[in-house]
Amino acid sequence: MLQDKDRIFTNLYGLQGPDLRSAMARGDWDRTRDLIAKGRDWIVNQVKESGLRGRGGAGFPTGMKWSFMPKANPDGRPSYLVVNADESEPGTCKDREILRHDPHKLVEGCLLAGVGMGARAGYIYIRGEFYNEASAIQRAIDEAYEAGLVGNNACGSGYDFDLYLHRGAGAYICGEETALLESLEGRKGQPRLKPPFPAACGLYGCPTTINNVETISVVPTILRRGATWFAGFGRPKNAGTKLFCISGHVNRPCNVEESMSIPLKELIEKHAGGVRGGWDNLLGIIPGGSSVPVLPRSICDTVLMDFDALREVRSGLGTAAVIVMDKSTDIVKAIARLSKFYMHESCGQCTPCREGTGWMWRVMTRMVEGRAELDEIDTLEDVSKQIEGHTICALGDAAAWPIQGLIRHFRPELERRIGEYKQRAGRSALAAE
Amino acid sequence: MPKLTVNGIQVEVPAGATVLQACEAAGFEIPRFCYHERLSIAGNCRMCLVEQEKAPKPIASCAMPAADNMVIRTDTPVVRKARKGVMEFLLINHPLDCPICDQGGECDLQDQAMAYGFDRSRYQENKRAVPDKELGPLVKTSMNRCIHCTRCVRFASEVAGVEELGAVFRGEHMEISTYVEKTLTSELSANIVDLCPVGALTSKPYAFVARPWELRKTESVDVLDAVGSNIRVDSRSGEVLRVLPRVNEFVNEEWISDKTRFAIDGLKRQRLDRPYLRGADGKLAPATWSDALAAVAAKLGSVPGSRIAAIAGDQADCEALTALKDLMTALGSPHLDCRQDGARLDPSAPVGWRFNSTIAGIDSCDALLLVGTNPRWEAPIINARIRKRWLSSRLPVGVIGPQHDLTYKSEYLGAGPQTLADLADGRHPFAETLRSAKAPMIIVGQGALARADGAQVLALARRAAEALGIVRDGWNGFNVLHVAAGRVGGLELGFAPAAGGRDVAGILAGCAAGEIDVVWLQGADEVDTSRLGKAFVIYQGHHGDRGAHRADVILPGAAYTEKNATYVNTEGRAQRGRIAIFPPGDAREDWKILRALSDRLGKRLPYDTLAQVRARMAEISPVFAQIDSVVPAPWAGFGAAGPVDTTPFRSPVSNFHMTCAISRASATMAECTAARQAALDARTGTHA
Repeated sequence: MLQDKDRIFTNLYGLQGPDLRSAMARGDWDRTRDLIAKGRDWIVNQVKESGLRGRGGAGFPTGMKWSFMPKANPDGRPSYLVVNADESEPGTCKDREILRHDPHKLVEGCLLAGVGMGARAGYIYIRGEFYNEASAIQRAIDEAYEAGLVGNNACGSGYDFDLYLHRGAGAYICGEETALLESLEGRKGQPRLKPPFPAACGLYGCPTTINNVETISVVPTILRRGATWFAGFGRPKNAGTKLFCISGHVNRPCNVEESMSIPLKELIEKHAGGVRGGWDNLLGIIPGGSSVPVLPRSICDTVLMDFDALREVRSGLGTAAVIVMDKSTDIVKAIARLSKFYMHESCGQCTPCREGTGWMWRVMTRMVEGRAELDEIDTLEDVSKQIEGHTICALGDAAAWPIQGLIRHFRPELERRIGEYKQRAGRSALAAE
Repeated sequence: MPKLTVNGIQVEVPAGATVLQACEAAGFEIPRFCYHERLSIAGNCRMCLVEQEKAPKPIASCAMPAADNMVIRTDTPVVRKARKGVMEFLLINHPLDCPICDQGGECDLQDQAMAYGFDRSRYQENKRAVPDKELGPLVKTSMNRCIHCTRCVRFASEVAGVEELGAVFRGEHMEISTYVEKTLTSELSANIVDLCPVGALTSKPYAFVARPWELRKTESVDVLDAVGSNIRVDSRSGEVLRVLPRVNEFVNEEWISDKTRFAIDGLKRQRLDRPYLRGADGKLAPATWSDALAAVAAKLGSVPGSRIAAIAGDQADCEALTALKDLMTALGSPHLDCRQDGARLDPSAPVGWRFNSTIAGIDSCDALLLVGTNPRWEAPIINARIRKRWLSSRLPVGVIGPQHDLTYKSEYLGAGPQTLADLADGRHPFAETLRSAKAPMIIVGQGALARADGAQVLALARRAAEALGIVRDGWNGFNVLHVAAGRVGGLELGFAPAAGGRDVAGILAGCAAGEIDVVWLQGADEVDTSRLGKAFVIYQGHHGDRGAHRADVILPGAAYTEKNATYVNTEGRAQRGRIAIFPPGDAREDWKILRALSDRLGKRLPYDTLAQVRARMAEISPVFAQIDSVVPAPWAGFGAAGPVDTTPFRSPVSNFHMTCAISRASATMAECTAARQAALDARTGTHA
């Protein structure tokens, strides 16, 4: 279990103030100028060595991502940092807590990341519904400007870095990095084609890196305490500490910072007070937010919470939003609800997702009742595979995976419902005769 | 020049090419719906997926830049499965109404479904229903069929330059819409019908008229403006049913204007299908060819040549003008003119009446000056080309004359000749823009020339071109934009006053003064017929428009779809129109009428076949010896020195949809005019 001295987010629960003075008391903005003075390459190397992987879901190595940014801008285009604070993945509420209670971690992180990638300005794109969070982060930005920590000659380092906050309008798809850029530019939030990748041609056609709130927020602490300290947590290639959001049928739903690669069972038992009615009452867990496949109890018993371990069991760490479902759950209905979410949030740009999400949801609603044929289970899986990997962005995959997980692990449940429905229908047909 | 391998075949493609283009270069066709080479890349249909070695998933070939050492496969099970999947998704909500769909037989979705579709549906739910949209009198919608490829949206915002179409709502509720119901205001709007890969956007006037396989397709050229758009005329049983664009990169790329496409219903109305003679009662009465030709021959034979005049109309073909000019010369008349609007073009120097840079030359132009023209209405195709150039790198455009929404940004410099003079003398800041450009261009419209001081304005434009380096070694950016398809051909043939001859104004004055006894109107409908005085008027043409109403003899000719004829576009590019259907009733091809008449007059024209007429044309001007190409004209002096008036320039076109006898007779064009007027009225009404 992670010790308190190793926690990065020391005000995760809001027990202290979010303001600059309190943040500085917690160690934020401490010798930031010295960190900047160590230079761009040092920052990127530290982040690379720390083994930090993107906390937004895909888990791409952060240091490597930053190194894609151009070293010089001969054509005069500035580089930008964009922070993805459009946290909308069902089950996920970690960035929210950072924005509310520890906004200075993000603001400082933006500056250091900005220096690391040579960005002239940073844009924080925050989910529209996060009104209080937007207020909190805006206050932190204002405080930082007032104290000369960002803006021209940030922290007295001679580096100019401006930071802006932009509120979205509540579309899940705007959390996809290129749709986010479209939305930030004032257009309809629809993902862009890649290539060109944002590092070459992003916001307003300029080199851009998009990072998750949590990714950016841990950077100052990594730079202060050293890459090896951060890399000391978790298994190789899955380093660091991580915020986990535990929700659902547990005794104490919570957000908690833990070491990566902690066993799922330990995470739930230690921090969330265990599954409601005991571990034996567990039906399944979605380990990484709504887009990753559900895991049955047999896997939950032993699986570790990191990118690679969850990938091995054909799920994913995603945003580390652990959704626990006990045996009272109608698992089919739960997944059907997720299907509805993805249908609703599909942007409609490309064919497989636009047409396929609606199709899957309609079949799923029938599956909830059992009003379907047995071979439709295979059709459903086939449809999900026709979406997966064929779309512009990952929303198609995200819509397909929960259903694939359901069919993989809970097929007997689907078959049982179909059988029972047929029996009922048969009986009522007989009664009518 | 990236080299890559497609299905084991090595290809080299130009830098910037996409994988899809590389596959085509290697000889493999890639199915696509959203991709179109003249529009931006959307990559949304996902039909063009191919497999790339080492890529984790199939890639959209239309959007992926080709790179060195890529290994692409287009025929693997993964690719086939992906395409079949996409096809299934496209079809689940697509209505099964092919039997009543106008796209049937030329539908991309239908064609691709043959290759990638299933023969039954696994989709058991209800299909989506989408309300149809009202886009005006030209484009019919059936939005249930829409596959959301957004070609129409991209065309409207990129090529046509009107941000009127978009996609509203998300996911499966996404709809192509104008948001607030309105008629599309683009002059190129109906190209979205061609672009639509399914039957969601179809032609309203052509709705339920014919199936594509019933049509006879004739390759021809358009005469409704002076661009000479290449078209395909589709006809069935003696009726022209529709006009479609043909690709010609030098002229119209693959677009045509709405007028070109839809004025054809005017070919069925107001037609002159038999000769007429004005009787003693002053009324026109049907006559036989024999009587009509006898009457004309008697009249022409009874007056001296100096009292005979001929005016060529805006759609006169070169064969007819050759015959008419030769006939007039034989009769001894020097009074010929093809500039019925009174444009003071100088018939002595071809460089002074042509669009010398050529239309394709617009692509390399880097500063543009428009003088007395509204290209959006006078030549929408050329305007789209200018917009394309402007989009690629913000071409500076200066405007002298009428101000219109040209679909690109322009700088208003002034209203009339004075501003042009300022530019020529380098007193205007825009002069420096032109002078410092590599390929500056000036486009002089008929609005600057069809006025009393037109010749002086032309000379002024020439002076400006010389002073500002618009004409220099290897580049001639001096361009005249015509609106009449027959004008340049007439000038090339020398259909202009001979020595001692009168121009149109002179002819009209002569009629009023009783110095001209006979006027031959070769399809000339835009002259002020009330000023023809007591002259005996012979009208040869195809529509009962202004000229025919005033005529004493009507000789029914053929419209452009009914004859093999040559037209010279504004660039000086001679192109051949081809006969699609026969002229109605007793109407005949125009040069043949003149040839027959010459026989009656005892002044037989020296040609019996079309080939012989064309040989004669090539004798007159080398333009006709090189069909489909432009022969550059040497720079020369033209125009006339003298003071210019301060009257502002105005565009010769006040209603885009009705500019000639054919479009005035067209019900569709009348509807478009009414729709545009209604939109203007509504706009006023809102703020009243």
